[in-house]
Amino acid sequence: MKFLIYRYDPESDKKPFMQAFELADDEIQPGMMLRDALLKIKSQDETLAFRHSCGEGVCGSDAININGANGLGCLTAVSSLKQPIEVRPVPGMPVIRDLVVDMSQFFKHYRGVKPWLIVHDSEPEVEYLQSPEDRDKLDGLYECILCGCCSTSCPSFWWNPDKFRGPAALLQSYRFLADSRDQATEERLEDLDGPYRMFRCHTIMNCVNVCPKSLNPTAAINNIKKLMVKDMV
Amino acid sequence: MSSALRDLPRRQFDSLVIGAGGGGLRAALQLAQADAKVAVVSKVFPTRSHTVAAQGGINAALANVLPDNWHWHMYDTIKGSDYLGDQDAIEYMCRAASKLVIELEHAGVPFSRLDNGKIYQRPFGGQSQNFGGEQAARTCAAADRTGHVILHTLYQQNIRAKTHFFDEYFAIDLIRDDNGFILGALVLEIETGEPLLIEAKTTLLATGGAGQLFRTNTNAHINTGDGLAMALRAGIPLQDMEFFQFHPTGIAGRGMLITEGARGEGGYLINKDGERFMERYAPHAKDLASRDVVSRAIFTEVKEGRGCGPNADHVMLKLDHLGKEVLEKRLPGICETSRTFLHIEPSEEPIPVYPTAHYTMGGIPTNRHGQVVVPVEQGEECIPGLYAAGECACVSVHGANRLGGNSLLDIVVFGRAAGNDIIKFLKENRYHRKIDEASVQAALDHLHRWDQKGEGESVAEIRADLKAVMEEYCGVFRTEEILQQGVEKVLEIEQRMKNVRLQDHSKIFNTARIEALEVENLLDIAVATVTSALARQESRGAHSRIDYPDRNDQQWLKHSLFFKEGRRLDYKPVTLQPLSVDTFPPKARVY
Repeated sequence: MKFLIYRYDPESDKKPFMQAFELADDEIQPGMMLRDALLKIKSQDETLAFRHSCGEGVCGSDAININGANGLGCLTAVSSLKQPIEVRPVPGMPVIRDLVVDMSQFFKHYRGVKPWLIVHDSEPEVEYLQSPEDRDKLDGLYECILCGCCSTSCPSFWWNPDKFRGPAALLQSYRFLADSRDQATEERLEDLDGPYRMFRCHTIMNCVNVCPKSLNPTAAINNIKKLMVKDMV
Repeated sequence: MSSALRDLPRRQFDSLVIGAGGGGLRAALQLAQADAKVAVVSKVFPTRSHTVAAQGGINAALANVLPDNWHWHMYDTIKGSDYLGDQDAIEYMCRAASKLVIELEHAGVPFSRLDNGKIYQRPFGGQSQNFGGEQAARTCAAADRTGHVILHTLYQQNIRAKTHFFDEYFAIDLIRDDNGFILGALVLEIETGEPLLIEAKTTLLATGGAGQLFRTNTNAHINTGDGLAMALRAGIPLQDMEFFQFHPTGIAGRGMLITEGARGEGGYLINKDGERFMERYAPHAKDLASRDVVSRAIFTEVKEGRGCGPNADHVMLKLDHLGKEVLEKRLPGICETSRTFLHIEPSEEPIPVYPTAHYTMGGIPTNRHGQVVVPVEQGEECIPGLYAAGECACVSVHGANRLGGNSLLDIVVFGRAAGNDIIKFLKENRYHRKIDEASVQAALDHLHRWDQKGEGESVAEIRADLKAVMEEYCGVFRTEEILQQGVEKVLEIEQRMKNVRLQDHSKIFNTARIEALEVENLLDIAVATVTSALARQESRGAHSRIDYPDRNDQQWLKHSLFFKEGRRLDYKPVTLQPLSVDTFPPKARVY
């Protein structure tokens, strides 16, 4: 099986290049994921740098660009991919080394939406009650693993990485707006107003196509817009 | 003073927390809210920590579904531990459980809900009402993503509290002075390859378990027990390392976890004849017996030729009778995992499973305040300034076998308890002590060992061999002969380690170097595990000796302590006296 992998070590390389690797047929097990293949390649060449951890799509470490589309290495079966399999860092972020990118900007936007529950009332000694129907509204939102596949595939995020919150952060914002326990709707909406933070979204929907957890940031963004309209009238 | 030592950048904090899983983050939150200056060092971005992978839930006797109270929970935990758990710590944990789960809910955890709006609870293994009676439903769940929601919520609360994070920094070694005080740690910034000394009045180890000891495991790549090895190197013993939990239902041959919640929701195990075999091994609790019991049963079924598949090497977890709706609602994560990795639809087909290395019951010995304790002539004493919490610690609330749903509880209860004790310590110790430069130099030397160039074995080879040896010689069933070979083989690998060389000497995000440091850590822990296992001549909880099939309370109702120096073993008594209620004396353990 043939691979072409993006390599760049700023200490030794003047510029990035694509390096070819090959795994023999007997090294390819049925059901093998791209992460397994990268680990095999790394055992041949330990200088290949990439992030990974849980291997089952819950930690969100191994977002990479696979044959042109963002995805998680651990959830992408190599058998489903056209060869040579081209693996690059997710686009639009500064590359630290090989497949490892600097995610600071992404997390800055995440922190920017105040991703925590805000309740102004005093706390009861028991749990806040929430009906199963209200809890259902968080499905499709709370499962986000912050891998960054969505935001780094979004042209609006590429153009305005410093100002546009990006799909991941906006999905998080809506996760709290949709929570019947949260009491900060107004300040959350105010915070997203203006031409950039949310309204740079042009419903290109790359985020939806690449999300490895099948979440829908575009729908979340639309729901925020609806809340804003409701807030105005 | 060497130039490396002179040029070493230094930062000062009141408190250092190493590890950003649930234990570390819960402690950090307690500290940040008390206005302590706290630094959290994590080798991965905090939400990548392995707490994220916990599925089934967190135990607390909320009694939202069935009658329950903390005392019943305490009994189940002690019985589950095969009486090796310390009863004071277990009482403390079970009493604190409800309050801390409510606190998590208030912090934003999106628990699943009952029709009356309260937190959803499901039955889990080893749970009973009324001290061994009917099945209880004590595990509070957010579908099957409970660890994910708890970790994310604790991280969110920490950014709200402005905790200082050192993301992607790897801890090398603890810094200790001649008086025995722990003064912080030497850490490595992974992105730049530069070392940094973090001076702190207290250091909390919350680095998680060491599931990467075994070839097939449910654990993340990062679970290399770094804190355990750091403690060993600082002269601190590890407690009860022979007790390693094998989860009954890892995906056969692959290792991905299928939550016990699957059986809690009504799933059950079958062998090749379609027989629900757990009825034979645990007539009362059946599939919801303790994990050690279910794992041994699966192992036995396969060994006796009743395994499934072309190689008869696993059993099946049957879920289809629960219906698609329940599965999608209560177990969406494992449905996804089954589809992705097995192309199996659990509402139609059973899932192939086999016992898989899962949880480190042993660890750094602590008391119920999270203080690290070591034996002295009479009793034991605290290591001043050092704390441990979560899977890397051994309080011991899990004893010889942990109950499902008690690990998420352990991390929040003892993360918080450690935070509280640290706040007290900081009040009594207002100033940083003078750094012991020799100790810093030793840590730097440890790091710079990996600068050696030339030909040698690779880290990958050593790691693969170590994991294979541990799986074969320190697995579910053990004997004197097998363990003796295991010790020899692990020590051989330790010798080979001296000749390992890195080929990658870049400073920038050098993952090869991090893996070398991790394998070093695993190796220290492997020696501790297999040595402790060889010495314990009885079967208790997860430690099953074919040559000593019975529990032996006369000789072995005691905790093991393994010291790195001289590979010495020592023992200390189990605390049988709870805080306020009567002792649960050891008795035969049947499910």
